[in-house]
Amino acid sequence: MRIEVEHHSRYRFTEPQARVVQLLRMFPDDTDNQTVVAWRIDVDCDARLRESRDGYGNLTRMLYAEGPLETIGITISGEVLLSDNPRRLEGADEPLPPAFYLRTTPLSAADAAMTAFAQEAAGSGDDQVRTARIVEALHGRFTIERRRGDGVLPAAEAFAGERASPRDLAQMLVACVRVIGLPARYVSGYSLGGCARRERPAPHGWAEVYLDGQGWQMLDPTVGGAPGLDYVRVAAALDSAGAAPISGTRIGHGDEELDVDVAVGLLGRER
Amino acid sequence: MKRAAFDEIWGHGGPQASGPELEALARWMRETPERELGRRLQSAEATFRQLGITFAVYGETEAAERIIPFDVVPRAFLADEWERLSRGLIQRVEAINAFLNDIYGERRILKENILPPELIWGNPQFRSEVVGIRPPHDVWAHICGIDLVRTGPDEFWVLEDNARTPSGVSYMLENREAMIRLCPELFRQMRIAPVDSYPDLLLETMRSVSPNGCVRNPVCVVLTPGHFNSAYYEHSFLADSMGIELVEAADLLVDDDVVYMQTIAGRVKVDVIYRRIDDDFLDPLVFRPDSMLGVPGIMAAYRAGNVTLINAPGNGIADDKAIYSYMPEIVRFYSGGEPLLPNVETWRCREPQALKYVLDNLDQLVVKLVDGSGGYGMLVGPTASRAEIEAFRAALVAEPHRYIAQPTLALSTVPTMTDKGLSPRHVDFRPFVLTGSGGVKVVPGGLTRVALREGSLVVNSSQGGGTKDSFVLLPDTPAPAGSKQQQSQGGMPQTQGEG
Repeated sequence: MRIEVEHHSRYRFTEPQARVVQLLRMFPDDTDNQTVVAWRIDVDCDARLRESRDGYGNLTRMLYAEGPLETIGITISGEVLLSDNPRRLEGADEPLPPAFYLRTTPLSAADAAMTAFAQEAAGSGDDQVRTARIVEALHGRFTIERRRGDGVLPAAEAFAGERASPRDLAQMLVACVRVIGLPARYVSGYSLGGCARRERPAPHGWAEVYLDGQGWQMLDPTVGGAPGLDYVRVAAALDSAGAAPISGTRIGHGDEELDVDVAVGLLGRER
Repeated sequence: MKRAAFDEIWGHGGPQASGPELEALARWMRETPERELGRRLQSAEATFRQLGITFAVYGETEAAERIIPFDVVPRAFLADEWERLSRGLIQRVEAINAFLNDIYGERRILKENILPPELIWGNPQFRSEVVGIRPPHDVWAHICGIDLVRTGPDEFWVLEDNARTPSGVSYMLENREAMIRLCPELFRQMRIAPVDSYPDLLLETMRSVSPNGCVRNPVCVVLTPGHFNSAYYEHSFLADSMGIELVEAADLLVDDDVVYMQTIAGRVKVDVIYRRIDDDFLDPLVFRPDSMLGVPGIMAAYRAGNVTLINAPGNGIADDKAIYSYMPEIVRFYSGGEPLLPNVETWRCREPQALKYVLDNLDQLVVKLVDGSGGYGMLVGPTASRAEIEAFRAALVAEPHRYIAQPTLALSTVPTMTDKGLSPRHVDFRPFVLTGSGGVKVVPGGLTRVALREGSLVVNSSQGGGTKDSFVLLPDTPAPAGSKQQQSQGGMPQTQGEG
């Protein structure tokens, strides 16, 4: 399956900014599951970009732009070829062992209510079965707001509500899976969701869970189970902040507004 | 515990029993009238206040700036004692650097099952943000302040390895200056190794680890969180004595993965940064996003190899309490030999046999939370009430892996000026160890902290501790290095922290 992605991010500042420095995690890497055919970034102002890789193994770019800046627009466009078996991640750059992903972070920490929920939902059985039950239970518990574009909530805060975005669900899944003692991480990327083309105000988020003997399994609480064949994996981390497409700092007063448009389209089957 | 603590000048034998090497110092104490010592003390305090070497005690409503009390009676190390101690320190710091390079790189120490992996992976001091980075010359802990205590003539124990941003070196230098001014006769009567080369050595260390391919004259700076920081005096003192710029985050910017300092003359590329900002606050893009003290992009510049950070981010994993009890294994693994400086015996309550011993001897031990700090979650057995001991017993049984236990040590004493004249007070010691491209160097001196309250073992400045000058005596005749080393081989007792 061949997929094209267009991802526009536009910051508007209420007052001109003197400098903007951003860390971008918007660059998928080749794995056994996906081959990046083409991928480019365009920035609509004079900016310098520097390529690197973070501690999790994600490809990154630093973006440095000098002001005065009233807006800054970043466009990602690319094509990825997906293999027929995306459910188990293979061939990814893994600088950290699965055991590292047992640790929790403020964003992905479970509170008492979540802990009880995860344990009850998981029940007994093997790890794969228990994980699948948590995914189903999370999927069933929330009204999913697929079109919500604002940021990802801390897991415990999202759990207290009734509605959740796909990325909130992913963060909660990571927290719940760690409760039952399995390594889990948040994944940021793109998916088609079975359509030929779809547009959203945010990239997608899901989770990877490490099962002994089976490796990293992809799980999407938004669909309530294993994901389809149309997922482009971009960045993974302990929580949503570590995999966020853009982390930024700016020097200047005033507020900022971020508009995001993500379009994913099917380009047709190979062979 | 009945025997009096070992006194650094008088030994175990009381005021008349100093060895021949320290006779000059003992005579000085006997012959200088106490009123004269008191007068000199006051003069020293006035100078320190004028210089502004003060610290603020957190939690005090008035936030009064205090000076750390200074004591005019120095402690002294004999030349051969210092020689043995230095070799132990060098071995330890070499192992710390090797460990950091390994744990953020190949992880041989885990592959060979020397450390339990969960101790690393679950430890917040292990920073994923640093994984894959190799600092120039593989040096991570450029400046270490190793906290030691002494219990006998040849018995030194490492209490803590400070490999992040150890402070206190300004006291070593200022105390020495005060002593030379106030007690010049001591420096005529004794041959004392100078410490004033420290700033030069530090600058040399910084330059030696400048980024690969850097031009001959690397630009070095000291990065401070600002004047409200309790160690600001030291930051400005060090920058000043090295003749380099003292900067705050707002003075630095990163462009194209290169760090620049903003000056009146424009941007100047910065090569080496001695940062006195904690990892958490170093770069809001990588660590805490709410940090106002950090420089956005500095970690990218560091990862790209365009700037050297001193000390390296991520060092907390080497001086962490949970790792401490494994230091003997770590030293053995990387040095291939036995540790010359022992740890304080430590029982890891995660190990069933150790737990049993600790539970049976709670009234004699100090029990600490592995992930606690500042004296929270600590039981001092000999002074604890029965209720406190029972509460700890329950906590230990419930979560043994969170605790370690150590014996209460009879810290050595040094005669100290008190209201009632000279009287022994307990001390500890923090030498400063520098590592550059050319290896490890120990400055002959350090920071001696003294518990001013009679009988107290707490030397912290926030709890009534003071400081003293620390003399290292020069050898009488420079002996050939070989023969000296032979003599002192095996001088340190080997004690393992296995329960």
